Amino acid sequence: MDIFIQQVMSGLATGGIYASLALALVMIYEATEVVNYSQGEMAMFSTYLCWSLLQAGLPYWVAFFATLVLAFVGGVLIERVIIRPVEDAPILTIVIVCIGLLVILNSVAGWIYSYIQKPFPTPFPGEPFKLGNIYLGKHDLGEIGVTLVVFVLLFVFFRFTTLGLAMRAAAQNPVASRLVGIRVGWMLALGWGLAAAVGAVAGMIVAPVLFLDPNMMGGVLLYAFASATLGGFTSPGGAVVGGLLVGVIENLVATYVSFIGTELKLTVALALIILVLLFRPSGLFGRVTVRRV
Amino acid sequence: MAALLEARSLEGSYGRTKVLHGLDFAVEEGGITTILGANGAGKTTTLRAVSGMVKTSGEIRFAGQRIDGRATEDIARLGVAHVPEGRGTFSQLTVEENLRLGAYVRRGTGALVNEFARVYEYFPVLAQRQRQVAGTLSGGEQQMLAVARGLMLRPRLLLLDEPSLGLAPMVVREIFRIVRAINKEERVSVLLVEQNASIALALADHAYLLETGRVVMSGPAADLQRNDAIRRSYLGY
Repeated sequence: MDIFIQQVMSGLATGGIYASLALALVMIYEATEVVNYSQGEMAMFSTYLCWSLLQAGLPYWVAFFATLVLAFVGGVLIERVIIRPVEDAPILTIVIVCIGLLVILNSVAGWIYSYIQKPFPTPFPGEPFKLGNIYLGKHDLGEIGVTLVVFVLLFVFFRFTTLGLAMRAAAQNPVASRLVGIRVGWMLALGWGLAAAVGAVAGMIVAPVLFLDPNMMGGVLLYAFASATLGGFTSPGGAVVGGLLVGVIENLVATYVSFIGTELKLTVALALIILVLLFRPSGLFGRVTVRRV
Repeated sequence: MAALLEARSLEGSYGRTKVLHGLDFAVEEGGITTILGANGAGKTTTLRAVSGMVKTSGEIRFAGQRIDGRATEDIARLGVAHVPEGRGTFSQLTVEENLRLGAYVRRGTGALVNEFARVYEYFPVLAQRQRQVAGTLSGGEQQMLAVARGLMLRPRLLLLDEPSLGLAPMVVREIFRIVRAINKEERVSVLLVEQNASIALALADHAYLLETGRVVMSGPAADLQRNDAIRRSYLGY
């Protein structure tokens, strides 16, 4: 039983990271119907920026928030400069552009910072707490805490502010949004900026565990896809629940199914994607959309 | 009276297909003008041209200012509230959120509370539905919400695209009664596009008849009401 609780807790901690990245994917998908394949690499690149700021001697939290700002600006720029010109192009074009962006960010990071793994500090150092026979790592708890704060902030922003409302409106009905005077193009750019910042949080929180290297987010992105698919690509709340579930499922399967272990963990994510697409394509909480062709 | 909205040799096209072939029309300040015509005559396109939603050539002036070629959101910001065909409400948002969006460009101009009160006075049924998601309203209520949202902009000009579409006659009469009240009390000018010629002519003071993208007749609404050709083709008696 102790092992079970232990695994669930650390599953929730990693699940929080999948949830953040999944949320970033869903935010962009909801606004533009684009699945941003470069979301993981954008997060990785932001984490490198944070690393540079730390190397320059900035205190951790200053570097953390400065990175959020940089990631936000970067996200806005990417939308304006790279995505905007292909906005009305067929979906395949946009997918290729996103994959191109993935490759470029990955290579540029490798070129600037090299492919050698770098240690990345955690803002939550120290001995784990001990509750009975269960150990709770400080960084694990910190991960859960940070992701919860991000979710609450996003919820409040989208639910209660006029700008958040305008962004939701622009995503749902661009034509009607223009008619009430909303600058829809900027709302989409803002959405990319926010998603990039949320992704940056995921990158900075996962880097102490995985070590920083240009391919760090590859696996995480796959889990984030599984999370978003499980929760439903059209549901931000679903992405969060999906992320936590995927984190827990991944850990439990690795612990209790002997032939999978840690080596085949990633396969679990792929199997999950296939199962969801087979039996419930819109995910647990997603909208079923019907399209006439 | 000066014209609030004026179009000269207005052409409009979707891609390579030209739909409007040089229209001239005007909406008087404080007046109600209607554009009548059968399906496909170009009525909706005319409103879209005014709002900058289709490619146009020719000249459109609003309050003396050229607005042709400007972005839709900028035209809205000048005080043009366009209530599109099929209502165009935000179906997944609540009534209250829809109305808040209507006042989006007037952010920071103070008490929105008064605006809500004013709009709910015209549409009491919406006050009871504040927290309801727009998509779950009845057709008539959605049309009222669309007009109410336009009103939140404090517009000088209200563009109404077939507000009677798909609604029961009683509901249509109610909506037209409210539009008349808004026009009288708020001095909002109205450009109304309708297939239902009899009710539109009863409301409007000036009318244009559109056939395949051209104005074929225009004049005071009362004159068109008495015109034999219009009676036979559009009023059906």
